[in-house]
Amino acid sequence: MDHSAATGKQRRQTAAPELPTGRLHTSVALRAVEPRTTWWHWLLAPALGTILIVGWEALARSGLYADFIIPAPTTVAARWWAIASDGSLLRHAAVTLREVLTGLLIGVAAAFWLGYGIARSRLVAYTLTPYLVALQAVPIVAVAPLLIIWFGAGIASKVIICALLVFFPMLINTVLGMRSIPTDLRDLMESLEATPRQTFLYLELPAALPIVLSGLKVSATLAVIGAVVGEFVSASAGLGYLINFGRGIYDTPLVIAAVLTLTALALTLYGLTVLLERLLLGWQQAGHK
Amino acid sequence: MPHPPAILAAEQISHVYTGPSGDVPALDHVSLGLSRESFVCLVGPSGCGKSTLLRILAGLLRPTAGRALLEGQPITRAQRRIGIIFQKSNLMPWRTVYSNLSLPLELAGVPVEEQARRTLAMLELTGLQNFAEAYPAELSGGMAQRVAIGRALIHDPEVLLLDEPFGALDALTREQMSEELLHIWARARKTVLMVTHSIPEAVLLADRVLVMSPRPGRIIADIEIPLLRPRSLDLLHRSDFVALTERLRRSIRAG
Repeated sequence: MDHSAATGKQRRQTAAPELPTGRLHTSVALRAVEPRTTWWHWLLAPALGTILIVGWEALARSGLYADFIIPAPTTVAARWWAIASDGSLLRHAAVTLREVLTGLLIGVAAAFWLGYGIARSRLVAYTLTPYLVALQAVPIVAVAPLLIIWFGAGIASKVIICALLVFFPMLINTVLGMRSIPTDLRDLMESLEATPRQTFLYLELPAALPIVLSGLKVSATLAVIGAVVGEFVSASAGLGYLINFGRGIYDTPLVIAAVLTLTALALTLYGLTVLLERLLLGWQQAGHK
Repeated sequence: MPHPPAILAAEQISHVYTGPSGDVPALDHVSLGLSRESFVCLVGPSGCGKSTLLRILAGLLRPTAGRALLEGQPITRAQRRIGIIFQKSNLMPWRTVYSNLSLPLELAGVPVEEQARRTLAMLELTGLQNFAEAYPAELSGGMAQRVAIGRALIHDPEVLLLDEPFGALDALTREQMSEELLHIWARARKTVLMVTHSIPEAVLLADRVLVMSPRPGRIIADIEIPLLRPRSLDLLHRSDFVALTERLRRSIRAG
């Protein structure tokens, strides 16, 4: 057995990506944590991407499929550039973004305060829990048409769909976060004669923040789904509307361009929540130094 | 011997926990009094209600019968004048050592400059100057408990209640911490009631050791520790120290 080859292999094996198990695992789990990263490691993912795109281009140009079924990446890029430069992409994206952010804000705020109430008061918990569980069981996508009937085809109905989708994961995380606070710390605050306001600001909010923020991370991407579902049902603007419109006239490059923009939007929102987490939860890294 | 008036007292305190499997009596007519600036240890078998008594004296739990008194006034709720140190350091993991120490001052609305002055003084008293910006996750068990002691002392409570404060530490650190507690107590002279499982620890630290019976807890012995202060770990091997631990051990067994 060739020893140098064996140790070389072993070294590479020990340097294989591990899944860290910290609280921030969701943000770093997909990143390879290698002790010794060489420059070409960073080229692996872009290389795969390039191969896939070139393959796609080749498939599109082979003539096996009609253009409206598989348009070439270059065609999609040209279409994207066309709607980006005439301002229509920005207009539609802005509508979707507004729906997403407003829905997110309303859903998160409502879930946080309700979750806080449920965690703090048995009365609130017993009164509301069955309805909230039932609400979670309702397929929001199926209710979307109803919401359009009630709140119109404008932005309001989409905001409500976003808020509803975001609500439940946020609620669960808030309740879990509030309930995870050690009783010893509550006793400490009581013995220091903290007011309810102080207890909230000094103990409950910071203690629940890690779990609440991981709820926000899930919610950010769910909100995008909510907006698109709403726009699919009935809308006159937005990226979901653009997709629907493109599909209707078999403008497949437009559909793909809109989907890619939507993905970028969702990724950006997700990235922002990760950034927020790093900013607010720097202390969690302290023990792992 | 005439007792000076007690700063902290328990009057005929009984407590019963009501649970799904019936009532569990935890304390049975416990009376005690702590004179000002005395150090009293409370020992007894596991589950004898020591922690329950401490929580009642802290105002965190209302007893089923009897009452707790602070300078003659009934204790009806937790208050700043009574500081508590828990078994686990119970620090806020999102706050640095410095801001864990200053928490009681912030909550009490102490002016910022005053906060800084007292927090720095407390960092020095507890020997944590070099760890001011460290987070609890970066501290050893002993250091974390030092922060907890500092936090309990910083707002200058009159009475300090300690619930097995060194129970989670290894034997070596535990001895060191008892000695440090002696130093800190010598400088900050508080009335202290400390629950402990360790007989040598109780003898080393206390002026008086109260012994509790198995559940439901009653006070079955009140043993004076006449060892001179300042004391140190050197005492551990002296014959009078060993004799006192033996006496204490016998009275716990008798319960």
